[in-house]
Amino acid sequence: MAEQTVTVGQSNRGPRNAGQAGALTDGQTAERATARTGAPVSTQTETVGPTIVKRNKALSVGPLKASATLGATLAFLGMHRSLPMLHGSQGCTAFGKIFFIQHFREPMPMQTTAMDQVSTIMGGDDAVVEGLATICKKHDPALIGLPTTGLVETQGADIKRAVRQFRSAHPEFEQVAVVPVASPDYSGCLETGFNAAVRALIDELVPKATAAGTRPGRRQRQVNVLVGSHLTTGDIEHLKDLLERFRLRPVVLPDIADALDGHLADSDYNALTIGGTPLDELATLGDAAATLVIGGSMAGAADLLAERTGVPDHRFPHLMGLDAMDRFIATLAEISAEPVPERIERQRSQLQDAMLDAHFALGQARIALAADADLLVGFTQLLASLGAETVAAVAPTNAPSLRAAVTNEIKIGDLEDLEQLARANAAEVLITNSHGVQTAERLGIPLLRAGFPQFDLVGGWQRQWIGYSGSRQTLFDLANILLGLHKGEIAPYRSRLKQWPEGERDSQSQDPHQGVAVA
Amino acid sequence: MKQKDIAALLDEPACEHNDKGKSGCAKPKPGATAGGCAFDGAQIALLPIGDVAHIVHGSIACAGSAWDNRGSRSTGPSLYKLGMTTDLTEQDVIMGRGEKRLFHSIKQAIDSYDPAAVFVYNTCVPALIGDDVDAVCKAAAERFGKPVISVDAAGFYGTKNLGNRIAGETMVKQVCGGREPDPVPPGIERPDFKVHDISLVGEYNIAGELWHVLPVLDELGLRVLCTLSGDARFHEVQTMHRAEANMMVCSKAMINVARKLEQAFGTPWFEGSFYGVEDMSRALRDFARLLADPDLTRRTEALIAREEARLDAALEPCRARLRGKRVLLYTGGVKSWSIVSALQDLGMTVVATGTRKSTEDDKARIRALMGEDAVMIEDGNPRNLLDLYWREGADIMVAGGRNQYTALKARIPFLDINQEREYGYAGYDGMLELARQLCLTIESPIWPVVRSAPPWRLAGSAGGGAMTPSTAAAEPSVAAGTTAASAARTGQGQAKRGQDSAAAGASAGAREHRGTPSDTTSRAPTQAQTTVEV
Repeated sequence: MAEQTVTVGQSNRGPRNAGQAGALTDGQTAERATARTGAPVSTQTETVGPTIVKRNKALSVGPLKASATLGATLAFLGMHRSLPMLHGSQGCTAFGKIFFIQHFREPMPMQTTAMDQVSTIMGGDDAVVEGLATICKKHDPALIGLPTTGLVETQGADIKRAVRQFRSAHPEFEQVAVVPVASPDYSGCLETGFNAAVRALIDELVPKATAAGTRPGRRQRQVNVLVGSHLTTGDIEHLKDLLERFRLRPVVLPDIADALDGHLADSDYNALTIGGTPLDELATLGDAAATLVIGGSMAGAADLLAERTGVPDHRFPHLMGLDAMDRFIATLAEISAEPVPERIERQRSQLQDAMLDAHFALGQARIALAADADLLVGFTQLLASLGAETVAAVAPTNAPSLRAAVTNEIKIGDLEDLEQLARANAAEVLITNSHGVQTAERLGIPLLRAGFPQFDLVGGWQRQWIGYSGSRQTLFDLANILLGLHKGEIAPYRSRLKQWPEGERDSQSQDPHQGVAVA
Repeated sequence: MKQKDIAALLDEPACEHNDKGKSGCAKPKPGATAGGCAFDGAQIALLPIGDVAHIVHGSIACAGSAWDNRGSRSTGPSLYKLGMTTDLTEQDVIMGRGEKRLFHSIKQAIDSYDPAAVFVYNTCVPALIGDDVDAVCKAAAERFGKPVISVDAAGFYGTKNLGNRIAGETMVKQVCGGREPDPVPPGIERPDFKVHDISLVGEYNIAGELWHVLPVLDELGLRVLCTLSGDARFHEVQTMHRAEANMMVCSKAMINVARKLEQAFGTPWFEGSFYGVEDMSRALRDFARLLADPDLTRRTEALIAREEARLDAALEPCRARLRGKRVLLYTGGVKSWSIVSALQDLGMTVVATGTRKSTEDDKARIRALMGEDAVMIEDGNPRNLLDLYWREGADIMVAGGRNQYTALKARIPFLDINQEREYGYAGYDGMLELARQLCLTIESPIWPVVRSAPPWRLAGSAGGGAMTPSTAAAEPSVAAGTTAASAARTGQGQAKRGQDSAAAGASAGAREHRGTPSDTTSRAPTQAQTTVEV
């Protein structure tokens, strides 16, 4: 298990499929695909990935990046009875709140330390202590997440000291867990902030095996699942469903699906999250039989959890497409010592059938893609497995996991970069978040919305992309978008020699393209 | 920005809050604060100026979470919809490279997009590390020959309201007076039809609602030199000083703009609203009054008579459907009364209105409209709003977008009245849209369905089947994530809901009619009855 590192076995299969799919339709494509992905096909030389082109302009136009602060906040929103309080100006929270409300269409429990001129210059520790005490008094949460912002990190805030100060000043709130995390917005992006917060949760709340007496495998059916920020609530629900079919008990960290899936709770109002990972589950992580890690971005959190608990982990860069899912299902079968349920085998063959149906449209399709690293890697591999090409790829920040992407080049940049690359490389379809609407309009190509934020789509937050079934739907949708382009459709040719009926002859002569010939 | 400049902005003599100890610009409390920061306020105030490149100088959270999320619409340029930020990195902060990056960013924006001007918004991190944004803007303006305006309103300076004022102040000081207005196109003015120049301050053209108003102004010969800032262009803002009258539209936030324009150029101004038939007509009359043109007054009265008669007829079917319906209104400032009159126009009863950002003057208007014992909501936290909703037996909540999901989670009808909304409600025609949307949501068949409990859960329990907070409290088995106390509390409020017919009366009288807390079965049956009697 330990030998299953982030990239092994995953990324090399997609390209090979790409070559095959291409061979069925067009020899030239096959050649190009093989040449392009030559390195990944040989399993040994895994490190050769796409060229990463760093940011080379001063101004970011049409930012793709959502802040690390928001990523950290999102992770805390996946905990039960939790309330994140951002340490920064009140705008940091106000903007973030609107961002998530528009995406999830849910009320968002978020608070702020409301830094002003005085606390910015004189130090914000008092604001942290006052804020924590106010929240404890008013709402009695199980957990307060405390992400920092660019402002207080620049100021030099020592957030951990502030929490210690709170602890000594307010012993009466001892039962409330407080998890600070450094997540300034000038470093990383949503994905990295999310990982940092999960890591901080583990660091604060998962006891060391030796101290707590936990033992890997004591809970034989329990499997920990560390989920990356690229997974939607629908993805996580599907994951839980899969595990349960193998008679395993999933403990998802953080369980966004339980908190932000968009359900009506029985009470009419809640100041705290109404679902999510219960805090007391964190103490049981060390007794689990295994940990599943979804997303290359979660490596930091996964390393710490493994180190703390000794629970063996299995890491998956993403769960899109047949190869990724085969490896995942095989792992579940191994952990559970159960046969793969028929239902899942059926879903697998449905995906295979969908690949057959979709490859006509998707083969040689030219896709422009902008997303955080994990989502980007997953999409490029899925697309390559159908013979589609990612001709423009943009990520908001660099990440080691980007090496596994199947594309020639990844630009670290914004939507302006995406637009330029897409235009230069004649992309046919755009895949990015809702901000891509204008980009797609200017390019004159359709958009498939994926990632954060999706403010103009109802239900975008819960769409299932992963699994055999989610991949199948993704392929159908992409194929339908491409069919809608009516590629290769032949424009009517109006022969000047044809014996046109009287009425049509007039309209023919008005046709500018025919005008010369008629004259 | 210097502390004394901020203090000067907060001391706004034209604002009634100045006289009271409890100011609308009070210091926020850590852990219990809602609302945006100064940067937020400055940006939303100016962002709708369409042909300007708006550059946010800072790390990603300021622009990254906020660009292109407001409903201001434009007749042409879309540059304002393009998020631009210097996206400062850790290295920029540590090495002090922010100023350099900003200078190059301004160049890049000008080279790539040829904007009419560049606005640079300062934010917390560069303000703290001491980037001299003003100096960079000045240098860039000289170098590139374009107006480059520094809007220094970093988040920690204060609240959103302060940011609005800083933005307004910046426009008055640095942009207004930059050029003279174009001449009125020939052939429009006649001896009996003089064109007057006006400006609208604090009108953001949300969902294009200004376009409901402009045709009427055009008809009267009122030329809008500039709106601050819905669908404005930079060259329009430059001519704002030549307006003969200014209107403060629905917002105290930029009151300093109107006052300073009056001080500097002697432009008279009034505060008004385009929401509701009555307010729309009043605004037109106020313009006629300030412009003191008897001919205009005559034409204005004729137009008002015509439009009101038209609206009256058009609204009649809606009135029949909305009459007696009870509204809980929660919105800030001027809208707290302007929307009240709009709703009352429709025959609805406003049971309570928010006054968090309202002045004494606003409150006086509310009392005039709703009666002496009108319920005013000072603290609009979601719990309070919902409690009040149940207690007053309201039929719909009308509030800002951030309360939308509070309402929907509580399974109550909701209408968005703030910046993120998708429909324009201003002007005479906007009123028709408002009525249509109110009918649409109140009469939607979903309400009884979303409140219904699964039939198998009802077995054995007596009483109504609607899934209300009160029934939730009665069933401990479903109380996951529910605090029984809060459910019980709202349950009591819920029980008072009932005789809607009584609601048409004065709110004070109607309140006595409603049921007692123990009267749990008196919940008014809804149109599509899904109650299961067991």
